[in-house]
Amino acid sequence: METREEVQILGAIGLRRRYRVLVAKLGLDGHDRGAKIVARALKDAGFEVIYTGIKQTPEMVVRSAIQEDVDVIGISILSGAHMALVPEVLRLLKEYKADDIPVVVGGIIPWDDAIKLKSMGVSEVFFPDTPLSHIIEKIKELAEKRRKGLE
Amino acid sequence: MSRSQIQALLEKALEGDLRAISRLISIVEFPAEVDPSTIETIMRELMKRGGKAHVIGVTGAPGVGKSTLISKLIAYYRKKLYKVAVIGIDPSSPFTLGSFMGNRVRMQIHSSDPGVFIRSMATRGVRGGLSASTVLVLEALDGLGFDKIIVESVGAGQTDIDIINISHTVLNLVIPGAGDEIQALKAGLMEIGDIYVVNKADKPEAEITLKQVIDVLNYESFIRSSGWRPRAVKVSAVMGMGIDDLATLIEEHVEHLRKSGYFQEVVKKRRIYGSFIVIKHIIESRVEEIFSSSNKHILEMLLRGEIDPYTASLQILSEVLGGRR
Repeated sequence: METREEVQILGAIGLRRRYRVLVAKLGLDGHDRGAKIVARALKDAGFEVIYTGIKQTPEMVVRSAIQEDVDVIGISILSGAHMALVPEVLRLLKEYKADDIPVVVGGIIPWDDAIKLKSMGVSEVFFPDTPLSHIIEKIKELAEKRRKGLE
Repeated sequence: MSRSQIQALLEKALEGDLRAISRLISIVEFPAEVDPSTIETIMRELMKRGGKAHVIGVTGAPGVGKSTLISKLIAYYRKKLYKVAVIGIDPSSPFTLGSFMGNRVRMQIHSSDPGVFIRSMATRGVRGGLSASTVLVLEALDGLGFDKIIVESVGAGQTDIDIINISHTVLNLVIPGAGDEIQALKAGLMEIGDIYVVNKADKPEAEITLKQVIDVLNYESFIRSSGWRPRAVKVSAVMGMGIDDLATLIEEHVEHLRKSGYFQEVVKKRRIYGSFIVIKHIIESRVEEIFSSSNKHILEMLLRGEIDPYTASLQILSEVLGGRR
């Protein structure tokens, strides 16, 4: 249905949705340089980034992601607590019936743990040497997929 | 969306289901993504329940402490068992339309509280301090039963005053050490507060800033049409100093509006404005199209400097709008 009125609204970007991503620092971890760089790169790639800051609990991350209706949750974790905290994020997403929102994790994650996290349901794991362009591309793919699923 | 799907979503949202509330807010926040009848159905249901929430607009330059103060106000209102919603607005990039929204950072302590709902909105090509769909989101939150809705404007410049069109109570934040009494006398942003909040009062210059603001407020022209005389207070949001006094003053203001009948006037005004801002945005986004479809001859004269921008614009407009200006 392509009426004349609708075509005219197409240019009105203020009424249209862009991909939205939550970027959160999970757990007792103040190393936020990486999260800020990724958040900024996403902004420059045209995403709306909601940044939560440091010291987030799994509950804070999940409830924020739902309130903001984001398309992807990006978790940065460099403390080594990823195997304790990330599964809790996945569990809470199920509990809130919000497990259609994909989760990506970045940080100092040993290879074996990355495989385990992916088997638990984490969509992507990014490492210190992952290029920003790859991170953006993967997050865009996941966001697109999630939007399509909602339609 | 089918009518029955919308009804089911509305029912769940009205029961307080977080996911349903959020989905509903997204639908009205991005209205051009759905069929117009979906918006009509949702808004009709919600607006007939609305008009009750107290809307507090918080404005001020970037970094004055708006988000931090809001976090303290949320804590105060939650002790009184009010349900609180926050719309936090941050700028979109003029180049990529992306946005880095950090308003939540100062409020995250409330993110696990079921009585608090926080949504970040980017300006998405709109100037003035708000987004095109801010009023739609506001009306929806009102209809969903939030008692206090706090709207945080984008970090404001002197002409970003649209917050006045949607708020019952405007808090205008200023900080010590950012300009003398000349700045306080200027038109625009400095004229729109119902309550002027000198934040960062832990700094020694705060007393001088408060005095300068109070001096300016003592003009008759500052009295609002409701009869309210704007007031000024000192707080330190970070230290939690002065929050109770500020909250008491906010209640005094909203009581004044209720008694004088102005509370409902503000609701009417914002509904008119909600339509106005959408039309304005759609027309504005068509300006480029109008420009490129206009007479190439005029544009070329403009490029060569043979015609001035004002005369050119009148000629372009008279062509595009068919003689009307």
